[in-house]
Amino acid sequence: MIKRIFSAILLLGFVFVFFIIVNNIEEATALKGVGKEYAERSGNQELGAQNIVTAIIVTYRGLDTLGEVAVLFIAATGIAVLLRRKKKKIDPGKKKRESSEILLTGSTLLAPMIIIFGIYIFLNGHLTPGGGFQGGAVIASAIMLLFLADTSYKINHNVFGWLESLSGFAYVLIGILGLVMIGADNFLDNRILSLGTFGSILSAGAIPVIYTLIGLKVGTELASILDNMKGDLE
Amino acid sequence: MNITTIVHIIGFALIIIGFWGMLTQKNMIKIILGLAIVETGVQLVMVSFGFIEGRTAPILDSAVELSKVSSLIVDPVPQALVLTAIVIGVAVNALMLTFVIRLYQQKRSLSINDYKELKW
Repeated sequence: MIKRIFSAILLLGFVFVFFIIVNNIEEATALKGVGKEYAERSGNQELGAQNIVTAIIVTYRGLDTLGEVAVLFIAATGIAVLLRRKKKKIDPGKKKRESSEILLTGSTLLAPMIIIFGIYIFLNGHLTPGGGFQGGAVIASAIMLLFLADTSYKINHNVFGWLESLSGFAYVLIGILGLVMIGADNFLDNRILSLGTFGSILSAGAIPVIYTLIGLKVGTELASILDNMKGDLE
Repeated sequence: MNITTIVHIIGFALIIIGFWGMLTQKNMIKIILGLAIVETGVQLVMVSFGFIEGRTAPILDSAVELSKVSSLIVDPVPQALVLTAIVIGVAVNALMLTFVIRLYQQKRSLSINDYKELKW
């Protein structure tokens, strides 16, 4: 009972603070600071990317994104360590019914299309809303569909492990190429490749390459997390 | 009442619902879901700070004239920040759920009341 009262008091405090915040927000009427700077630079086609959010994430704030990918990698590693496979299998409880023919055929038919849609999302990250993280999540959702439809479905750990490691390695390598080819303060610069025609698929220098690598890395990482969490139900 | 205020109110309401869930629920999965709801609320509030009435998305297609970009688009920086926040949120939630799986394998219980080792 006393716990409930304390919770209620705490939540009322939050309501009070949020009420003050909502009442005193000054509506933005113009871009200022970094936002304005990034918008003007993109208007001058400095990086050749149509999507300004992508330009910020992949190039202007590329180091932060590298850190973000590292956080995701460390979380995936932690999950793999915690759920390390043991010799002893988990007790499955009651015997489950096999998946029906329709479910199996339907899911194997849909999964490649979902993966292609994920690839489409991360290849067009510099032109339309989307990018590596979103595309990777879509790819992982295809793997999730296969896991759900077929309880005995297994992913190839070698392929996934190598794909993840190589894409992470290539991402850092592209960052270092910027240092070597352009200048000492150009880590992860996308202008190591030609900027191309503004608005076409092969434009914006290294941004599509970097987003492809991020998409592959995030997709395989999330798929491995799902695989670890699924466990072995034999 | 304009659109920004409505989105702010929804976001803050989600934060409060999430905190209520974390404080009152006993099931550990529900506690984690509470934190996920708080994250959603925070992201909604953050992204709405960059909204400017009557402007378009920060994508330089035919709707945006390149010479006066900064007077036609909404602020792209909060959107980039929220994308990062979502990804980190997914990683944190997955790790927490993993801890719950391990705890359940040890004690076969999801109730927070059965884990008193860290209580003082």
